[in-house]
Amino acid sequence: MNKTKRALQGISWRRLRALCYKETLQIFRDPSSNLIAFVLPLIMLFIFGYGINLDSGAIRVGLLIEDKSQEAHRFADSFYGSRYFTVVPAHSRQELEQELTDGKIRGFIVIAQDFSRDLQRPENSAQVQVVTDGSEPELAAFVENYSRGAWQGWLSQRNLALGLAAPGQVDVEPRYWFNSSAESRNYLIPGSITLIMTVVGALLTSLVVAREWERGTMEALLASPVTRTELLLAKLIPYYLLGIFSLLVCVAVAVFVMGVPFRGSIFALLLVSTLFLLTALGLGLLISTAMKNQFNAAQLALNLAFLPSLMFSGFIYEISSMPAPIRAVTYLFPGRYFVTCLQTLFQAGDLWPILLRNCLLLLLSGTILIALTAHFTRKRLD
Amino acid sequence: MFKRIRALIIKELQAILSDPQSRALIFMPVILDTALFPFAVTLDVQNNTLAVLNRDSGPASIELVQRFSRAEAFTHYLVLNNDAEMRDVIDNEKALLVLYFPVDFSRKVERGDAATVQAIIDGRRSNSGQIALGYVETMIESYNNDRLSAEGNTIPSIITVRHWFNPNLNYQYFVLPSLVAVITTISVLVITSLSIAREREQGTFDQLLVSPLTPRMIMIGKTVPAILIAFIQSAMIVVAAVAFYGVPFHGSLALLSLSVFCYALAIAGFGLLISSICATQQQAFLGVFTFMMPAVLLSGFASPIDNMPRWLQLVTEADPLRHLIVIVIVKAIFLKGASAPFVFNNLWPLLVIALVTLSAADWMFRRKIA
Amino acid sequence: MPEALVQLDHLSKSFPKSEKAALEELSARIVAGKVTGLVGPDGAGKTTLMRLMAGLMQPSTGSITIKGLDSVRDSVALRELVGYMPQKFGLYEDLTVEENFNLHADLRGVVGRDRDQEFERLLRLTDLTRFTSRMAGKLSGGMKQKLGLACALLGHPQILLLDEPGVGVDPISRRELWKMVRELVSQEIAVIWSTAYLDEAELCDEVLLLSDGKMLFNGEPGELTSRMRGRCFQIREIEGSRRQVLTRVLVCPEVLDAVIQGQSIRVVLRRDSDKPDLTKIDAGAHANWASIEPRFEDAFLDVLGEKPPGKSPLAEQLTNLPRDGATVIEAKNLTKRFGDFVATDNVSFQVIRGEIFGLLGPNGAGKSTTFKMMCGLLQPTSGTALVTGIDLKTSASEARQKLGYMAQKFSLYGNLTVHQNLMFFSGAYGLDGKEQAEEVGNMVRIFHLDPYLKSSADSLPLGFKQRLALACAMMHRPDILFLDEPTSGVDPVTRREFWTHINSVVEKGVTVMVTTHFMDEAEYCDRMALVFRGRIIAAGTPDELKAKARNEAHPEPSMEDAFIELITRDHHEQN
Repeated sequence: MNKTKRALQGISWRRLRALCYKETLQIFRDPSSNLIAFVLPLIMLFIFGYGINLDSGAIRVGLLIEDKSQEAHRFADSFYGSRYFTVVPAHSRQELEQELTDGKIRGFIVIAQDFSRDLQRPENSAQVQVVTDGSEPELAAFVENYSRGAWQGWLSQRNLALGLAAPGQVDVEPRYWFNSSAESRNYLIPGSITLIMTVVGALLTSLVVAREWERGTMEALLASPVTRTELLLAKLIPYYLLGIFSLLVCVAVAVFVMGVPFRGSIFALLLVSTLFLLTALGLGLLISTAMKNQFNAAQLALNLAFLPSLMFSGFIYEISSMPAPIRAVTYLFPGRYFVTCLQTLFQAGDLWPILLRNCLLLLLSGTILIALTAHFTRKRLD
Repeated sequence: MFKRIRALIIKELQAILSDPQSRALIFMPVILDTALFPFAVTLDVQNNTLAVLNRDSGPASIELVQRFSRAEAFTHYLVLNNDAEMRDVIDNEKALLVLYFPVDFSRKVERGDAATVQAIIDGRRSNSGQIALGYVETMIESYNNDRLSAEGNTIPSIITVRHWFNPNLNYQYFVLPSLVAVITTISVLVITSLSIAREREQGTFDQLLVSPLTPRMIMIGKTVPAILIAFIQSAMIVVAAVAFYGVPFHGSLALLSLSVFCYALAIAGFGLLISSICATQQQAFLGVFTFMMPAVLLSGFASPIDNMPRWLQLVTEADPLRHLIVIVIVKAIFLKGASAPFVFNNLWPLLVIALVTLSAADWMFRRKIA
Repeated sequence: MPEALVQLDHLSKSFPKSEKAALEELSARIVAGKVTGLVGPDGAGKTTLMRLMAGLMQPSTGSITIKGLDSVRDSVALRELVGYMPQKFGLYEDLTVEENFNLHADLRGVVGRDRDQEFERLLRLTDLTRFTSRMAGKLSGGMKQKLGLACALLGHPQILLLDEPGVGVDPISRRELWKMVRELVSQEIAVIWSTAYLDEAELCDEVLLLSDGKMLFNGEPGELTSRMRGRCFQIREIEGSRRQVLTRVLVCPEVLDAVIQGQSIRVVLRRDSDKPDLTKIDAGAHANWASIEPRFEDAFLDVLGEKPPGKSPLAEQLTNLPRDGATVIEAKNLTKRFGDFVATDNVSFQVIRGEIFGLLGPNGAGKSTTFKMMCGLLQPTSGTALVTGIDLKTSASEARQKLGYMAQKFSLYGNLTVHQNLMFFSGAYGLDGKEQAEEVGNMVRIFHLDPYLKSSADSLPLGFKQRLALACAMMHRPDILFLDEPTSGVDPVTRREFWTHINSVVEKGVTVMVTTHFMDEAEYCDRMALVFRGRIIAAGTPDELKAKARNEAHPEPSMEDAFIELITRDHHEQN
């Protein structure tokens, strides 16, 4: 604490302002940082908005009706009518198996020959067989669930029509809080903003310090009366503002162009983003300070910032479902705290208990990263 | 000519493999990613918390709750007493799903009326929520069936679901073959494009151009080592997949090698194309990044291609990553034991991509130098 | 004795990764009102010493005291006292002159009216007034250097550290810079100027001569140079090949050093030795000795005591090429434009077999662009570049098989070992099997690369890098050698060894085209072209060029004098 105080006392606002001004000029004159700050985020946002989609569209499935009865066709109609399936009628099991193996369909449904007969006989049950392509597990699970749904729907309809109210059947009524239509875009977009901000924050800053070393300007700065705190702040402030600007652009595009609801307050958004940017910039600066050339810095930034934020921040893959050691790893990536905050802000609003808890964690990781950066920032060359 | 190309290839491999740091950059990601990602990538719902708000204390709800608490998807179980607790549990992400039994639930069940249990799901994580809901529905269904049989009624119809190639829908079967593509992409791009940019910056590129080596030989000299490295990495992943993760390998190694070869060729084409445009390592890095990010995200690695809008699916046709490795060939060879005609049928777009990118790179190089 | 501003006390510095100390037991004092030269070849420890004095590094042992302040303990207070211009000048290339200036003014607390005055004073001093809104990256080397100096001068430092300010700057700008520095020194500032050019040392008031981290000499340069008086001569009116004469001179035991100067040979004798017999040297009937002034470089070589070899085992490998007087290299109206900037403007010249042809000129004058077009690395906007009558751009690779090329900064594969580099380059030129192994073995023997075979090229001392680069360029026994700034930064002994090799291969009939900004090196050329602002402003033998520049002020002009004279003349003619 004392150390921080001392560091802050030595700050000359004149020097800090001059350094920030210099950094800002450089940002606007460098086409590559403009590319990273403004163009890349929008490309990524559109990929996530339109490309990554965990809601199933219409999955192609095959359908083989061996039973020519009306009942069988009525059942088949429940598949034809489903918005989740594009049904491809088939003439033989062999044909279906071949298409499944070739990846042309993701599953098939077989209505057995004696379907309607078995349906009438109390001692037998009418058989419906569903086969999926397990090599695409996600789609296979969709096929299974939607087939069961269609089957269930047909069954209840039939019972109703025959007046066969089964004794005390229980059914489930799902209710989605916050995201009533359960659209994946509504939670993927906030999540992807995390990824974008990590890339923007870490990639931009990972290059700037290394670049000063490579071009020899760092040496001139170090020989001037500039203090370590000033150097650090002068790198943080302009890129922070740039990051916030880029974030606001992303949020605006998400809300006004893509129609993702935003239910929180701007204040809360700025608060969590500030704390998160602190960690992202801190990570970039740390990488940049530890590596003295741009090539290594960029490669490390990519490995630390891009892939892990995709895998471990919990916006595509559910963290709670990962095994304990991997779950422990995810705590190291501040992205997961920001994902939670953004998803809450976008879909639920200012739920302060959960926001504050995650803010605290963000603050903690940000402080650690920046303290490490300060520790590694040399005022000497040896 | 062969002698000269051989010298180039040996030099490239020495540059990559004799420096400890660049060696680490080639092999560490393979090891770390194969060790961590198969566990992280799961769209299954496991170890989750199920919360129950039971306003009814009848036998039906109690039996259902007991059935749920034995289920594998939910390892933790929370009993709630009022609406406020329910709100807290969802708001603070303590549980993914809350089951709400209304007051007259058991009474209705006993009377033979249709009874409804509400499943309240955290919409912020609606995908996991939907999967969890699937489990709940399956359990309710089996409860219904059990009750039917207990009363001596036969079930009019039953549905059986089988998952071919991957009976338990193990996500690792999906992730590991995909990793072959994702990881080799990065190293092939780095070797082809960043190493040329580095030679430009260090001046050795001029040295090559002044020698009898032709631009085409230099391109081959960068492509072959990249393909070799891709082979080594793929082999590491395949061995890990089969030996440590128990992913079945039903296909032919020769077909897999052929596919990796064509794939690496296509990616090398992109890498060379990027390097033919870029003058510095920083530009090449940005170029690689701008290519790689959409290529990975749109490859079907993060979400199924089938779910993308039609026009975007067309765009992904140009993405070698999606096209041939992730979606079709590698998984098909691993899990389905794909036949040679099938592989050849799906290989030609890769060759088209390779042909287009390599000739574009060739043209750019000639134009720039000549 | 005036009070010492800087006191070095048993100063040593070593880096964790290298066994050898960068600086060893240095003790010296630096006073105000003088220019102190930190002189030595690359890797001597100059930059390390500069950084230590700027407080950017910590001494391993010993101490630096600046005005009673310790460089480590009081580093904060020191920043106000010391102005530092690092190599490459430490400028932000994407900021304008004014923005760079303002940044440094703010950092050094020069504000308000003070700043306006300083700004005006320094702009006047550096003559940058017209360029305040230009990006620093778009300035010429000389202007960058002035701006770097102006930034380092902000806030009235008492000690000014200039790290290799003369690199990449043409002789005219260099002279202007010296004038500015002289003015500063008269205001009781201590200026410390580091340089690898030994001729710059002569301009300093005091010199710290460094080699391999050790101090060889500390004192006035004239004191060291004067020791050489009576030992420096020129052999004039040589008949026959001066290169062959040079070889014979160098093998004489009495001779410490000998270099070609146009048609003459400059000879430095060992201490207490007599001039060797001219008949023994076989320099022709009219050859005679003339006594000349010693140079600082002579003294440096004397202190080192090493002598460059006279014979080149490299040339012994080669077979004689017929001297048919054929034109080997030819530029016809070569022009290259980048946008509206004309880098090379209508350049024509011819080089005949067995000749050394030099392109001489300051950085940015266009000699590199011309050179690159000759090797086929750049497409001319108009005109043709022919090598053995073939345009290398469109030629098949067989034509390039006859070339050897040594790029600026010795473009080797830094992370490959010496042996791997040799194997690669020989392989690229189509050698393999026994032939390849034999040739690589030869090069290792000739250039004494044995101890370094398994070291990476990056880790080699600069001199060995240069040897390796030459080995790589020569393994396939080319007929034509292209050398781009082949000796920059290399110490004088290695530079002489290099020229011994080049001279001998030229004697075998190899044609050499070389670019250089070392005026000394230009003397080795048979003919040369002086390139300035993209044009050839003068061409001929070194003696012809010197004769052209002869005037009252310089009756016996050096190459540098000639250079400046010819450029100034051209400048006047153009305006």
